[in-house]
Amino acid sequence: MNSHSPVLAANRNHESWTPLLEMAVREVFELMLGCQLTSPIDGEETAPDYTAMVGLAGHLCGLLSVRCHGKAAALMASKMLGVDLDKVGPEVSDALGEVCNMAAGNFKNKIAGLAEGCMLSPPTVVTGSDYTLHSSSDSPTIEVRLFFEGMLIVISLQIHS
Amino acid sequence: MPIRALIIDDSSVMRKIVERSLRQAGIDLAPVLEAGNGAEALVVLQENQVDLILCDVNMPVMDGLEFIKQLPGVPNAKDVPVVMITTEGSESHVVQALSSGARGYIRKPFTPEQVREHVVPVLAGKS
Repeated sequence: MNSHSPVLAANRNHESWTPLLEMAVREVFELMLGCQLTSPIDGEETAPDYTAMVGLAGHLCGLLSVRCHGKAAALMASKMLGVDLDKVGPEVSDALGEVCNMAAGNFKNKIAGLAEGCMLSPPTVVTGSDYTLHSSSDSPTIEVRLFFEGMLIVISLQIHS
Repeated sequence: MPIRALIIDDSSVMRKIVERSLRQAGIDLAPVLEAGNGAEALVVLQENQVDLILCDVNMPVMDGLEFIKQLPGVPNAKDVPVVMITTEGSESHVVQALSSGARGYIRKPFTPEQVREHVVPVLAGKS
């Protein structure tokens, strides 16, 4: 979980980070929510309306986001709190933000040089789907799409430098 | 005697997860005290005696490392063991926390088994 990959932070071939990002996210769901994520299958995808974001600064500057539908975010909160879905209230955003935070931390701990030299911002959660994310530059992005209890979650790492 | 624990994290969801993990680890807990940052925790400790503190690192107002530095100034809490629970996995963070007085360091995400491995020795005074 915390072992460093030989993939170095200085490696600019960011596509090689995709499996590490996927592993980092899968571990968060397995350890903290007690469930396995699955690979997406073809079919209708519900538009995400919850977006959690964590900024990275230091040796790697960028933005990690986790997007999903509100039902998925509520189910995450339910599993994290150990309560029935209908008992979940305002903790939904907090839960999704923590998932994003742990995914970002677990990801950077897998890349040699990033654990020491990369800081994370507190998570921010946006609700609603009618928005566009603008970056200051043409940033390379790696993306992982996984299913959580049959619902799509999209994890993106936008790399600024 | 049930363990009196204080859990410090700016995420209420994470505080509940930590509490549940302690219980799943077989630790007999009294009703758990909570705080959203180090400053709130210092206030809680002025009025309550605890046996164990589990503390996040990155928090607003007062972070976990600053909290540990200020803990010796709280008369009834200066000897209470602190275990850090955080996403920060760097060796320098671990060294900084341990040299500041933390008795253990757990990285998120974690399992109840990992919580037990780090917390039980601390409670037994072996760490």
